[in-house]
Amino acid sequence: MIQDSMIYGADTILIDLEDSVSVYEKDAARYLVKYALRTLDFGKSEVAVRINGMDTPYWRHDISMIIPERPDMIRLPKAESAGDVKTLDAAISDLEAASGIKVGTTKIMVSIESARGLKNAYDIAVASRRMVAIAIGGEDFTADLGVKKTREGNELLVARGELVLAARAAGVDAIDSVFSDVNDEVGFRMETEKAKAMGFTGKSVINPRQIPIVHDVFKPTCEEIEEALKIKEAIKEAESRGSGVISLNGKMVDRPIVKRAERTLELAEMLGLIKEVAAC
Amino acid sequence: MLNAVGREIPEELGMPYKGEMLQPSGRAAGHLIKAARPHEKKVLSGIKEAIIKSGLKDGMTISFHHHLREGDYLVNMVLAAIDELGIRDLKLAPSSLNNCHEPVIEYIKKGVITSIETSGLRGSLAREVSGGILKKPVIIRSHGGRPRAIESGELHIDVAFIGAPCADTYGNLNGVDGPSAFGAMGYAMVDARHADCVIAITDNLKKYPIQPISIPATLVDYVVCVDSIGNPEGIMSGATRFTRSPRELLIAELASRVIINSGVFEDGFSMQMGSGGATLAVIRYLSNAMKKRNIKASYGLGGITGPYVQLLEEGLVERFLDVQCFDLRAVESLKNDRNHIEIDASYYANPFNKGCAVNNLDVVILSALEVDTDFNVNVITGSDGTIMGASGGHSDAAYGARLTIITTPLMRGRLPIVVDRVQTVITPGSSIDVVVTERGIAVNPKNKGMEERLKDAGLPICSIEELKHRAEKITGKPDPVQFGDRIVGIVEYRDGSIIDVIRNVID
Repeated sequence: MIQDSMIYGADTILIDLEDSVSVYEKDAARYLVKYALRTLDFGKSEVAVRINGMDTPYWRHDISMIIPERPDMIRLPKAESAGDVKTLDAAISDLEAASGIKVGTTKIMVSIESARGLKNAYDIAVASRRMVAIAIGGEDFTADLGVKKTREGNELLVARGELVLAARAAGVDAIDSVFSDVNDEVGFRMETEKAKAMGFTGKSVINPRQIPIVHDVFKPTCEEIEEALKIKEAIKEAESRGSGVISLNGKMVDRPIVKRAERTLELAEMLGLIKEVAAC
Repeated sequence: MLNAVGREIPEELGMPYKGEMLQPSGRAAGHLIKAARPHEKKVLSGIKEAIIKSGLKDGMTISFHHHLREGDYLVNMVLAAIDELGIRDLKLAPSSLNNCHEPVIEYIKKGVITSIETSGLRGSLAREVSGGILKKPVIIRSHGGRPRAIESGELHIDVAFIGAPCADTYGNLNGVDGPSAFGAMGYAMVDARHADCVIAITDNLKKYPIQPISIPATLVDYVVCVDSIGNPEGIMSGATRFTRSPRELLIAELASRVIINSGVFEDGFSMQMGSGGATLAVIRYLSNAMKKRNIKASYGLGGITGPYVQLLEEGLVERFLDVQCFDLRAVESLKNDRNHIEIDASYYANPFNKGCAVNNLDVVILSALEVDTDFNVNVITGSDGTIMGASGGHSDAAYGARLTIITTPLMRGRLPIVVDRVQTVITPGSSIDVVVTERGIAVNPKNKGMEERLKDAGLPICSIEELKHRAEKITGKPDPVQFGDRIVGIVEYRDGSIIDVIRNVID
């Protein structure tokens, strides 16, 4: 499976050492992942490795094997406090230094899987300069709340909202939880649309078949791309005049609008949509 | 000598493949002329009686058809009767053989069967043949090559055994009614027309005359009724469901985008689709594009499946030319829809008639066990060098279609699929236009303009050498299989020339 992981166009490939690996196979899995990172070309996809939680004896061994292979990111599951991230950050720094990697290269994303973790989400998100994203782990989170995870997902509504707020406030990405029924395409699309509407910047998937749906939901519309292209032109025009004030159709363009336009164009570029705009 | 695809063919075996279709000469062969007397009975008490009446003797040729696929009871049942009658040294010439025909091994050991001519072999029988159990090499023919050989007299059938899901007392047959219904009788029709003696075996005997009639009583000598001619679970191929494999879906999506952007995707185009999960997914992607662009296909060809039938029902395809059905939905459609037309194997793909159906194909999607950097395709021998598949209509449809697409994963397990040189050539690279894998698409350089068109459409195009490189980077280069000197198989191209030979594998 690892050798095929890069062919589906995922933005990030998450290789797991945690829940999908039994305690008897942790060692074998570390070696497998180590050599996969060393030998495989993951193309345009970013590679993250999910290590075991800080409450287990495995996580130190995980990163000591993985960090020298230069993954883009480490994903920490079940983050509970800023202290967890700080401990992990320090351990990664030591390994980077020992492996001749520039300290700070390896990014961290965490998943919040408990009520306590959620209450500390903002502190966790700003605990390290390595932090790029926080995600919500729906299954564990609902278990912690003592409720059942449903197709509609109302039980996670508040948690999702709080997670997005914390991520936005900290300036990191907010990634929505997985949708486990891989054969329910309609349900998956509904949940992804909801996540986008709530402000999530991405969604985790557990099957490659879900990838095109995420891209389809998150992709900017033709109108959004056209608008962003016009704003880009307006910025250029303002720069050529040496003016700091950007205006479009007689209206001033604020900084947040510029930022949104940049994000739209970045996404459009990634999804190869710029060409298609002409045909809209 | 070396043939046109660089294979060493011993001259005594026959005409080596020359790289272009040979032109036939001479006249078609015929069967014995017979006359039935008024009110003569054709229904006999059992298979043994029919064999005795047929005059089957040592050294003759018997034929079967493979519409019952893995559910076939006929071959084993008839060979048991022949064995009991003490007849030996027969040539077995079915349209194909499957895993269920393992008992044939015993009849080879006993000397009942001494040579085989078929489209394919599977399972332990294939392994035994690869190991050299037969004194003479097995002859592998395509679905078009077989009717060519039969009509030319190269393959003369003395007695044809035809499994009929529905037969009447005078020998009219169809494949659409009864507990063993398998649909089109395309391969059996050719045998019925050219065999000296035709024995129909049914488990559903009806009063004369039945309707519809696929094979008429004028061609049938005897009718035998047995308890069952096949196991319905084996008759209906398990391959006719949509795949859920993300890799196959990705390949299917890429293949459909190749078709859409190839230049042949326009109103009235024609197509042949296989029955594998990935091809069925292509059908789904393609039907969406056809609806969107308001495009209809003029005809669909090949083995027909339920998802393919849906296109006919939705009016996206105007007609089907059907030589073989793969599931019950296809059988029902053949029975009830007048635009679903039953054809025989000669009509389907015989290169030596006045116009077979593959000649008018625009698009065909085919699979591969291996493809090499000359675009030659192997669908018969596995990575260990043993026979495991069938030639089928592969080379026929590939030759006929304007656009021939091979879909295959770039690796299977730890094996690369794009290689320097395929183990066995079934279809020459000159018939292949595009190879679609999950890690890139290669266009045959002979197809000028196609590469640019597909690149412009944003498809991931690379050279076939680059595909091979991408596979080998992960899998490494496997050690070559060790073959012996004995030729255990002769692979005929559809025109009867020899495109390759299969040698025995040394363990």
